[in-house]
Amino acid sequence: MTSTPTWRVTRALLLVLYGLFFIVPLYAMLDFSTRSTQGGRTGEAWADLVRDPTLSSAIITSLLLALFTVLGMLLLLLPTMIWVRMRVPGATRLIEFLCLLPLTIPALVIVVGMRNVYTWVNYLVSDSVYTLTFVYVVLVLPYAYRAIDAALGSLDVVTLAEAARSLGAGWLTVIARIIVPNVWSGVLAAAFISIALVMGEFTIASLTNYENLQVVINFLGKSAARTSVAASLAVLVFVFVLLMALSYVGRGRRGAERS
Amino acid sequence: MSRRTTLPPSLALLPFLGFLTIFLLIPTVTVVVGAFQEGGEFSTANIEALFSEAALRTLWNSVLLSASTAVIGAVFGSLLAYIVVMASPTSLFRRSVTSMASVLAQFGGVTLAFAFIATLGFSGVVTELLRDTVNLDIFGTGWLFGLPGLILVYTYFQIPLMVIVFLPALEGLRPQWREAAVNLGATGWQYWTQVAIPLLRPAFLGATLLLFANAFAAYATAAALVSQGNPIVPLLIRAALTSEILLGRQNLAFALAFQMIIVVAVVMTAYALLVRRTSRWLR
Repeated sequence: MTSTPTWRVTRALLLVLYGLFFIVPLYAMLDFSTRSTQGGRTGEAWADLVRDPTLSSAIITSLLLALFTVLGMLLLLLPTMIWVRMRVPGATRLIEFLCLLPLTIPALVIVVGMRNVYTWVNYLVSDSVYTLTFVYVVLVLPYAYRAIDAALGSLDVVTLAEAARSLGAGWLTVIARIIVPNVWSGVLAAAFISIALVMGEFTIASLTNYENLQVVINFLGKSAARTSVAASLAVLVFVFVLLMALSYVGRGRRGAERS
Repeated sequence: MSRRTTLPPSLALLPFLGFLTIFLLIPTVTVVVGAFQEGGEFSTANIEALFSEAALRTLWNSVLLSASTAVIGAVFGSLLAYIVVMASPTSLFRRSVTSMASVLAQFGGVTLAFAFIATLGFSGVVTELLRDTVNLDIFGTGWLFGLPGLILVYTYFQIPLMVIVFLPALEGLRPQWREAAVNLGATGWQYWTQVAIPLLRPAFLGATLLLFANAFAAYATAAALVSQGNPIVPLLIRAALTSEILLGRQNLAFALAFQMIIVVAVVMTAYALLVRRTSRWLR
């Protein structure tokens, strides 16, 4: 393709502008959260992440929610998807449609409609913040589905299952010891994206009056702006590292597929 | 061998289907049914309330916000995607931009609102820098916390999303097509206007629609940024949920959520149709 000097200059200029637009807000968060009221620098706001009891307990709440969501998602989705591939291929379209449906039904709509369901959940299960796990599993479904589907697609599930069955393995053994180890990269990718989504989730928690990390950060924004900016940046860096790792996990798998 | 009754294999799907029925389908049906009820009886009062002047103004603001950030995101995102696609697929530049884009496209919510408050808020880093150096008051009357601020902030996740969605289409443009066009005597301009752009148009429009839906349904960023008034539909839903009675209607939240389903479903269906058209030549 053409690479004239004008194009090279334009491209460099554009990249600088893009870079500024995307990096300045991130730098501003770091600068803002380390500013001291007397001028100069201080790590006070960052120390609050572990010192402030509300904030540190909210961090633990969100981490646990992420863990439960990952477990719930894997328990619900992974056996179902493998089973569909092995035994009920006719249901592939239905499962895909249902899994991708949350992309068209925004979280905001679900939260408006779920009050009845949650009245029952709170009555039958509990009213702790961890009941959010149920709706978070729905929320992460499209992303988890894509990750696992891509991994399953590179595998001849039916042949593997038949081979294992003919050697005397039961269905549970086939799923847990034959298929799952082969789609480990997909499972990892699904887990990472789920953690990232749950750590950033605000809509549902705030509108159902549960306190997860983002709700507390938003609340702190009114009283302790620097602390809330520090916490925001900390979560962002955490999610950043997760998603970066995810993009390498995915790349490793695709690379292996090609060779 | 002993005969035992075998259950149909599809039975194993029941836990999954049951879970989704309870936590996805029932809430959705509740919204749709609730939109047509008031006080437990059938009523179109809530739907009519959607056409009141205040609700229509909010809808218009939401459409304005979603459309403008979709167009801005599509234009600048596809330009960035083009710069990226010119680099070699294995280059560090290309890999880091695509990784960054996939992270930033997911980066919304409260964090994003605070990032811009730390940048352009009253004591934001850029605000203070401009105030101290060139004596310019960029904060003004607080435009960041209204519709113009939302447009700026939404652009931050719309551009990376466009890069991710549009990159596969650009990658699918085969160099052979350009060579064929040039061999037949086409200029660079003719190649773009008569080959590349017509090919890319459905993908571009589809991606723009996806961006529109993405902005239309976004809630967290706006909720954290805007604390006064309800300029857009998601915030009006918040008000309807928390204050129970808004515009004199109890079930208004259902009607507003129903409206959101309709808008997003229409836009996403159009998106799916355009994607299908692109996938004819994209491999």
